[in-house]
Amino acid sequence: MSRRRELVRYVGARLALAPIMLWLIASLVFLLLRVAPGDPIDALLGTRAPEAARAALRQQLGLDQPLLVQYGHFLNDLVRGNLGESLTNQTPVAEVIRQSLPASLELGVVALLIAAVLGLAAGFSGIARPEGKLDLAGRLYGIGTYALPPFWAAMVVQLIFAVGLGWFPVGGRFPPTLMPPGGTGFYLLDSLLAGNSQQLLGSLRHLVLPAATLGLLLSGIFDNALRLNLRRALRSDYVEAARSRGIGERQVVLRHALPNALLPVLTITGITVASLIGGALLIEVTFSWPGIAFRLQEAISQRDYNLVQGIVVVVAALVVLVSVTVDVLVALLDPRIRF
Amino acid sequence: MRQWLAPSGGRSLSGRLARWGTLIVVLYGLVALLTPLLVHLGALPDPNAGLENPINASPTWAHWCGTDRLGRDVGVRTLSGSGVALQVVALALVLALVIGVPLGMLSGYLGGPVDRVLVLLMDTLYTLPVLLLSVVLAFLLGRGLPNAAAALCVVYVPQYFRVVRNQSAQVKAELYIEAAQSLGAGPLWILRRYLLRNVITSVPVLLTLNAADAVLILGGLGFLGLGLPESIPEWGSDLQQALTALPTGIWWTALFPGLAMFVLVLGLSFLGEGLESWVSGGEELTR
Repeated sequence: MSRRRELVRYVGARLALAPIMLWLIASLVFLLLRVAPGDPIDALLGTRAPEAARAALRQQLGLDQPLLVQYGHFLNDLVRGNLGESLTNQTPVAEVIRQSLPASLELGVVALLIAAVLGLAAGFSGIARPEGKLDLAGRLYGIGTYALPPFWAAMVVQLIFAVGLGWFPVGGRFPPTLMPPGGTGFYLLDSLLAGNSQQLLGSLRHLVLPAATLGLLLSGIFDNALRLNLRRALRSDYVEAARSRGIGERQVVLRHALPNALLPVLTITGITVASLIGGALLIEVTFSWPGIAFRLQEAISQRDYNLVQGIVVVVAALVVLVSVTVDVLVALLDPRIRF
Repeated sequence: MRQWLAPSGGRSLSGRLARWGTLIVVLYGLVALLTPLLVHLGALPDPNAGLENPINASPTWAHWCGTDRLGRDVGVRTLSGSGVALQVVALALVLALVIGVPLGMLSGYLGGPVDRVLVLLMDTLYTLPVLLLSVVLAFLLGRGLPNAAAALCVVYVPQYFRVVRNQSAQVKAELYIEAAQSLGAGPLWILRRYLLRNVITSVPVLLTLNAADAVLILGGLGFLGLGLPESIPEWGSDLQQALTALPTGIWWTALFPGLAMFVLVLGLSFLGEGLESWVSGGEELTR
């Protein structure tokens, strides 16, 4: 009974913290963009525009008001889901994000699946003798995939499989000769639902290289997590007890050690999402994948302050939500956790 | 050096990793020191000069790693990049240490509302994707060597803060601190004399692993066009330029800078892993 009350309290506190963190991030981004050197007006009109035009635009964008008033407007708009307009083409920022988010999510989910399969397979080396050959291979795999610069790995993959062998397209998300499927914006799902095999094949061919590269890069995190936890579990008392009862080693690993070693992997998945976004930023740019990170890179090079601000706030919000969800899930699933 | 690594066992895996890591990092340090000297003496071509060379030439005897789209020697640029990377990363980590460690000590020692606010702030920063944070900062600060270091350092301040704060909070409750307090030692004295020495042991491992991470992020910034000024040869921005030439099959501008970066990160990670198992007494990995 008391654990249940503790659990409710923990989950409540974690959920209550999320909006505070979001508010902190939003305020930080707002403040940084305002105090930083460089005037957005300069970026839009150039430094030699007439003063009248500059003042008019400044007023139109509300940049002539005191910082505190601007901050009030910003928070007020944010709460209602209004992220302002892109400075370069006046599209609402929320619309830009809505259009590019499915592409990123599609890439991210597939990459995460590939990372989990590769990483968990490599992590099984945790059952090997410590300091042995298999252990060395597992550790080197973890360090090696971590040490690969994401964009370089992507370029090498492009060179081999797209430029050299010609098996896959170099970049983009969809064959330019076909009409992209309408609907949710998740091309794989949309073309499956429409039953259009040509569209499905086209989007798959474009997805393979970026998703595999990102998956490979992230798999090291899963490898490390499973390997260390598996080893810890195999040294534990309950495994020793199981062994001494004469249970076969196969059963010991699969039925006793593995379930306990897999639970921390869930926590790792939550952490991975943050690195996923960092990696995705570079992978999307390298493969010209029209996701949210690709838009961010565009917004940065065009010095579109509003778009940068909107994308950063939304991405940060996603990360905070995922991390809170994972914390709550782990607390619900793992009865050993005390708060 | 051998003796320093001896506790991890001469033949153990961690010891071997640490030795390889040390070798790689020392090698990069040497390259970083020698390349500007050799360029100055004329033994190596200037990394920014390319007018007399053929453009986009594949590797030859004259240019072992080929030339880029401006005719600059890819090999020399790759070598010069190691000095640049090491400088920026070292500057960033020193900054992060100088800010993060005292802040963490103070927060852990004082406790109370100051501590709670600082922890919340740092946790929030820590939650954000590392690259996103430094991309935003680099975007705001503009290109430049100190700017890139500042953009990197913000990522690592929360990490030192967390480690040092938690240790300080732990050590604070020890009996010898209470003894010192009752003998009339002031807070500054206690922080310096007792806390710092206890806390600082956890820093070297974190420092090495963060250096590996920072090399990757600096490369990422350069690749996104945010890192250093164009006059400084840097792996990330060279790779960005290589990307546009990639579809035409020009592989040498992409291969060498990336490989240099990969091996440096590998070396730093080996060193960090080796140090880690050495500090933890090899308990985690050798038992």
